[in-house]
Amino acid sequence: MTPELGQLALILALLLALAQGVLPLLGAWRGNGALMAVARPAAAGQAVFVALAFGVLSWAFLHFDFSVRYVADNSNLALPWYYRLAAVWGAHEGSLLLWIFILNLWTVALAALSHKLPDVFVARVLGVLGLIAVGFIAFILFTSNPFERLLPMPPDGGDLNPVLQDPGMTFHPPVLYMGYVGFSVAFAFSIAALLGGELEQAWVRWARPWTNVAWGFLSAGIVAGSWWAYAELGWGGWWFWDPVENASFMPWLVGAALIHAQAVTEKRGALRAWTILLSIFAFSLSLLGTFLVRSGVLTSVHAFASDPKRGLFILCFLAVVVGGSLLLYALRAPKVAGGKPFGVVSRETAILIGNLMLTVAAAMVLLGTLFPLLGDALNLGKISVGPPYFGFLFTLLMIPIVLLLPFGPYLRWGEKGGLPPLKNVAVRAGIAALACAIAAAFTTGWALKAIAGTAAAVWCCVGTLLYVLKRWREMPAGRRYPAEMAGMLLAHFGVGVFLAGVLLTEALSVERDVRMAPGQVQTIGGYDFRFDGVHVADGPNWQGDQGTVTVMRNGREIAVMHPQKRTYTRGQVQTESAIDAGVTRDLYVALGEPMDRNDPEGAWALRLYHKPFVRWIWAGGLLMMLGGFFSAADKRFRLRREAEQKVAAAAQESHA
Amino acid sequence: MSRLVPFFGFLLLVALFGFGIWWNTRHDQREVPSPLINKPAPAYALPKLDDPAQTVTREAMLGKPYLINVFASWCVACGEEHPVLMSEGQRIGVPLVGYNYKDEPDEAKAWLERHGNPYGLVIADREGRTAIDFGVYGAPETFLVDAKGVIRYKRIGPLTPAVIERELKPAIAALRKEAP
Amino acid sequence: MNAVFRRVLFALALALCCGALNAQAIDPLPFKDHAEETRFQQLTRELRCLVCQNENLADSNADLARDLRHQVFDLMRQGKSDAQIKQYLVDRYSDFVLYDPPVQGSTLLLWFGPLAILLAGAAVVVVTVRRRSRAQAPASNRNANDSSPNDEGDDW
Repeated sequence: MTPELGQLALILALLLALAQGVLPLLGAWRGNGALMAVARPAAAGQAVFVALAFGVLSWAFLHFDFSVRYVADNSNLALPWYYRLAAVWGAHEGSLLLWIFILNLWTVALAALSHKLPDVFVARVLGVLGLIAVGFIAFILFTSNPFERLLPMPPDGGDLNPVLQDPGMTFHPPVLYMGYVGFSVAFAFSIAALLGGELEQAWVRWARPWTNVAWGFLSAGIVAGSWWAYAELGWGGWWFWDPVENASFMPWLVGAALIHAQAVTEKRGALRAWTILLSIFAFSLSLLGTFLVRSGVLTSVHAFASDPKRGLFILCFLAVVVGGSLLLYALRAPKVAGGKPFGVVSRETAILIGNLMLTVAAAMVLLGTLFPLLGDALNLGKISVGPPYFGFLFTLLMIPIVLLLPFGPYLRWGEKGGLPPLKNVAVRAGIAALACAIAAAFTTGWALKAIAGTAAAVWCCVGTLLYVLKRWREMPAGRRYPAEMAGMLLAHFGVGVFLAGVLLTEALSVERDVRMAPGQVQTIGGYDFRFDGVHVADGPNWQGDQGTVTVMRNGREIAVMHPQKRTYTRGQVQTESAIDAGVTRDLYVALGEPMDRNDPEGAWALRLYHKPFVRWIWAGGLLMMLGGFFSAADKRFRLRREAEQKVAAAAQESHA
Repeated sequence: MSRLVPFFGFLLLVALFGFGIWWNTRHDQREVPSPLINKPAPAYALPKLDDPAQTVTREAMLGKPYLINVFASWCVACGEEHPVLMSEGQRIGVPLVGYNYKDEPDEAKAWLERHGNPYGLVIADREGRTAIDFGVYGAPETFLVDAKGVIRYKRIGPLTPAVIERELKPAIAALRKEAP
Repeated sequence: MNAVFRRVLFALALALCCGALNAQAIDPLPFKDHAEETRFQQLTRELRCLVCQNENLADSNADLARDLRHQVFDLMRQGKSDAQIKQYLVDRYSDFVLYDPPVQGSTLLLWFGPLAILLAGAAVVVVTVRRRSRAQAPASNRNANDSSPNDEGDDW
C-alpha cells in the first residue's frame, strides 16, 4: 500500500473538515437547513479518511516500509510488531495523526448520539469541531507529514526510543489524548451556546456526560503516564512536575472544576458564564499543552523535536482558536447573573470555593512552568522552577478542598440547609481521622507526612462512606445510588486513597544505593534482598545483563526479581528495573554497573527501594476515572432529551 | 468590561510564546550563563599535559590576558571547533591555553597529534575537580581571563568565526583599552 | 557548517548521556548511617543536573552529575550545612542549579503571583456569594422549570 494514499486521504479529510467546519455554521447563522445537514455526513467522511490515513501509516510500520522517513526513524527490522504499532504515535508526526484520529472518534460519537438535540445546535457543535480538525490536518500536511518519503530507502531503520518500548507506551498516549481531545466537545458545546445566544437552556445538561467522560480518560491517561515513568525511567519517582506533565495536569485541574461548575449550572442555572469560560480554559490548556510539547519553547525530557516553523503554526492556531473564543465570550456571554440564589452555607458555595482552589492551582502550575521563559523575556536571568515550588504551593492550595470534601453531599442547594448534618459528619470523620493519625504517628515514628496523609485520607474516605451509609439506610433499594451520585462518591473516595498513597510513600519510602557481591544480603523495610549474581540475557531486539535478586521476609521467600540492563539494536542502553508490586508496598530493584568493569562475576552496584502504598496513588486516580464514567452514565442525561426538545422547539417558535 | 480580562491575558501569553520561539532561534536553550563573569578565576594548580611534573598555577599566569579552551578527545563538538582554533588561534591576539578535561593523557596527546595543536600550553584536569570550580558543565567551553586573573567572558559551545568576530574580539579589545 | 548544526552537535554531546539510561546514577557512597544517606538523597534531589537539564542530580547519569554528587558528599563530610552546599554550587553554576527558586526580586512574581490570584479570586467568590444570598428566594421554592426534579431525596 503506497504511503501516498495516506497523504491523499489526509488531503481529502482536510477538504471534508473544511466543509464540516464552514457550511453548518453558515447554515446555523442563516437558518439554512440544507447547509446544516452537511455536518453529519461531512464528519463521517472526514473520519473515514483520517482512519484510512492512520491505517496506511500502521500498515507501513507493520510491513517495514523504510521508504517512509517516519517509519525509518522510529522502527527497525528487530522491533516486535506490538512496538511497531505503538511507534505510530511514538514521535511528533504520528502523534498528531493520533490526535486528529481521536478527535474524529469523539466527533463521530457526537454525531451519532445527538439525534435528540436540536439541529441548529448540533450543526454549530459539529462545525466548531470541524474547524479544529481543519487546523490540525493542515498542521500535519504543511509542517509535519508522516508520509514523507526517504529515498533511497535504507535497508534498516533507526529505533523507537527504548524508553517507549514498554506496555505503558501502547496505553498512555491514546488514553491521554482521549481526555485531552475530549475537552474539545465541552468547548464546542460552549461555543455553540454562545453563538446561539443560549436559546437552548439545557445545553449544559447535554454537555455534562461528554465532559465527565473526557475528564475520566484524562485521569486514566495521567495515571498511566505516572505509572510508566515510575516503571521505566523515574528511579522510583512518579511525578516530576516536568513541563509536559504539567501540560496534562492543568487541563485536568480545570476539568475537575468544570464538571462541578456544570453541575451547578445544570441544576440551578447559576454560574453560566463561569461554566462557559471554564470549558474554554480547559480546551485552551489542552491546545497549549500541544504547543508546549512541540514548539521547543521549553526543555523537557518529554518534548518532541522542536522546529520554529511548527511552533509558529501552532501558536497562530492557538491564537485564533482561543483568542476567538475568548472574544466571543466577552461579547456574548450571559451578562446578567441568572439562576437560583444560594446562601453562604450551600453546596454552590462549596463548589465555588473548590473551583477557586483548582483554578488557582492551574494558574500556579502555568506560572511555574512558563516562568523560565518569562525570565528570559524580561531578562531576569536563567531561572529554574522545580518540584520544591510546585509541590509546596499545590499542597497548600489543596488543603481547603480536602477539608470541604466530605461535606459536599450533605450540603443543600440554595438556601442554608441544616448545619447539624454537617456537624455530624465533621465530628465522626474528624474523630476517625484523629485516631488513625495517632496510630500512624506511633507506627511510623512521628513522620509528619505520614500523619498528615493518614489524617487527610481518613477524613475524606470516612466522610464519603458516612454518606454512602446514610443513603443505604434512608433510601429504598434501586434508588440508593443514582449513577451521578455513585460517580461523585467513587471519585471523592478516590481522592482519599490518592492522598494516602502520595503522603505515605513520600514519608516512608526507603532508597539505598549498595554494592553487593553475589550472596550478600541487604535489609530494607523489613525485607531481605539477596543478590544472586548477574547472567547474560537477551530479547527480540536487545541484549544485556540480567541480575537475580531474591527477596525474603522472616526467612520466607517473597519474590525473585530480575533487574536488567539492556542494549538495544542501535546501541541505546536502557535500565529495566524489577518491580515486585503489592497492594501495601512495592519492592523495586535497579541494576547499576559492576564495581569492577572487568569482573562481571563480582560485586555490582544496585539500587534498592521499599515503597509503601505507592500503588494507592494510581488506584486513587483510577477511582476518580471510574467516578467520571459512572457520572456520565446517569440515565437522567438520556431520558430528558425528548421533553427538552419539545420545550426548546416551543421556545424557538415563540422567539421567531 | 471585566469579561475582556481573559482575552487580554491570553494576548499577553501569545506575545510571550512568540518571544519564546524567536528567542530559541538565536540562543541555545541549554546555555547557562556563568556566575563567574567579572569574578576572579578560581585558584588552580594543574599539571602540563606533556610534562606532568610541571604545574601551572593561576598566579603564574597573571600579568597578561589569556584564553582557556576546555576540550577533550572524547568530545565530538571539540572536533568541530578544532579547525577554527587552528586557523584563527594565532590571530586572536592572546595566548590560547588548552584545558584537557576528564581525559586520558595518552588519548589527548594522540588527538592533538592527529588534529593539530593550536595551544601554546596544555594543562590537564583528569578528575574534573578544578573544572567544577570553573563552572564547566560540558565541552567545549572557552574562558577569557584578564591580566589580573579575572574571568571576563565565557563561551559555552564551539567557537566559530562568527562568534570570534562578534563577541570574543570585542571583549579582548575592551581589555586592551583598560590596561595600557 | 552553519550555526544551527553546530548547536545541534553540542546539544547532542550533552544529550547522549541523558538519553541512554546506563545506570551510572547508581552510585554507592560510604554513608555512615541512614540519616546521612537520607540527607544526601534529599539534597541531590533538589539540585538540577546541568548536563541532563531535566533530571536532578540524584538521578542523572551524566559524568558531571557523578562528580557533583561526590563533591556534595565531600562537603557534607566536611560539616557544611545544606545552605552552604547549595551556595557552593550556586557560586559556580548560578541559581539555575537549584530546583527551588530563591525568593528574591526576580522571583517575586513567581512566589507571590499565585497568592495574588487567590486573593483576587476569593474576592470575586465573596462578592458572588453575598450577592446571591441577598437575593434569597423563599425556602422550599420549587417551580415547574426545575431542571432536576427531586425524587432522589437529599436535594440531589
